[in-house]
Amino acid sequence: MTVSSELELKSFVLLRLGERRFAVAADQTAELVAPSRVFRFPHRTAKIEGVILRRGRIVPVCDIAETLIGKYLSSRRFYLIALRRYGQKTEWVALPVTGECELIYAELTAASPSDEPHVAGWLSHAGDVIEVLNLGALTPGPEEFPSHSPTQSHLASQSPRGSEAEARP
Amino acid sequence: MPLPAPPKPGSLRAEQIILFRIGEQILALSSSSVQEVRGADSLTGGATEIAAPGVEKVRQFVRRGPHTLFLVSGAAHFGLSAREGILAFVLRNTRTALLVDSIEKMTAMTRLQALPLSFCHEERQWYRGLTALDQTVVPVVRPEGFLSDDELMMLDAALPAPEVLGEGTEVAEATEAEEDSDLGTELNE
Repeated sequence: MTVSSELELKSFVLLRLGERRFAVAADQTAELVAPSRVFRFPHRTAKIEGVILRRGRIVPVCDIAETLIGKYLSSRRFYLIALRRYGQKTEWVALPVTGECELIYAELTAASPSDEPHVAGWLSHAGDVIEVLNLGALTPGPEEFPSHSPTQSHLASQSPRGSEAEARP
Repeated sequence: MPLPAPPKPGSLRAEQIILFRIGEQILALSSSSVQEVRGADSLTGGATEIAAPGVEKVRQFVRRGPHTLFLVSGAAHFGLSAREGILAFVLRNTRTALLVDSIEKMTAMTRLQALPLSFCHEERQWYRGLTALDQTVVPVVRPEGFLSDDELMMLDAALPAPEVLGEGTEVAEATEAEEDSDLGTELNE
């Protein structure tokens, strides 16, 4: 391997959904955690199951399996906590996965215009060609739904700590 | 890339909240936003039926002097399968009386987390945010989020003329209620 090709290697986290594996850029992941209680409450956003509590944070749980493998996961072994970017903001999103994750180094092949929006690129690993996921296209967010309330986003961004706010009457 | 840890609890100011139930769902509401808590029967006794297309969560209203109060089914608003509520929260500075099943308890929250941006539909209007209480996550509702401006316009358009209502009793009741059941004020003292 030449020095130049070595420099093109990037780190990815491989995750498993059923029989298939997908990759997420390692710098878009925070941690892998055991499943915990999902708190559900009324809402209208598809794919979002509810939220979990993780180290004092309230983290939305987003089931990406239906989009990627065409069915919901009947069992899950871990949540991969991924970093979802919303413009300048970054938030945690918990992605249910069915197996352990693996950190690998591979060369990224950029997605082509014919690829689906959730494909950020491709990599080759252990004889498999694996989709690198574009979390921005795979998980819901205000940019895909222009009808969301700008007021609410504004209020959230007003908080000095971003998404945390001291409770005030 | 780890995010910075959330701030540790310190001398954060607490906000008094009411935990209430609609069906199996527990939600929270700032006590300062509740002007009155009444039995739904005492409110619906003087209520008039209304049918505004597209606003099925409101089936009754009461007139209080110059104001009209719409009785909003909490179950219908949130899409929950629950019976019609038996308690009514008259929400301060709104035209909403929210029908709920029961009050779970009153407590305080010290931190309100903004609704994660993954939630991107009507719920952004419904909730001020989420709070963690006793290792449970509870959504904190926005009092103004039960009836949008559009819904209020549709409801106003569906109101019958005041002279055909034969109103009067609710005006007296409202005055009485202002005097003796200002829950929000009481809780914030």
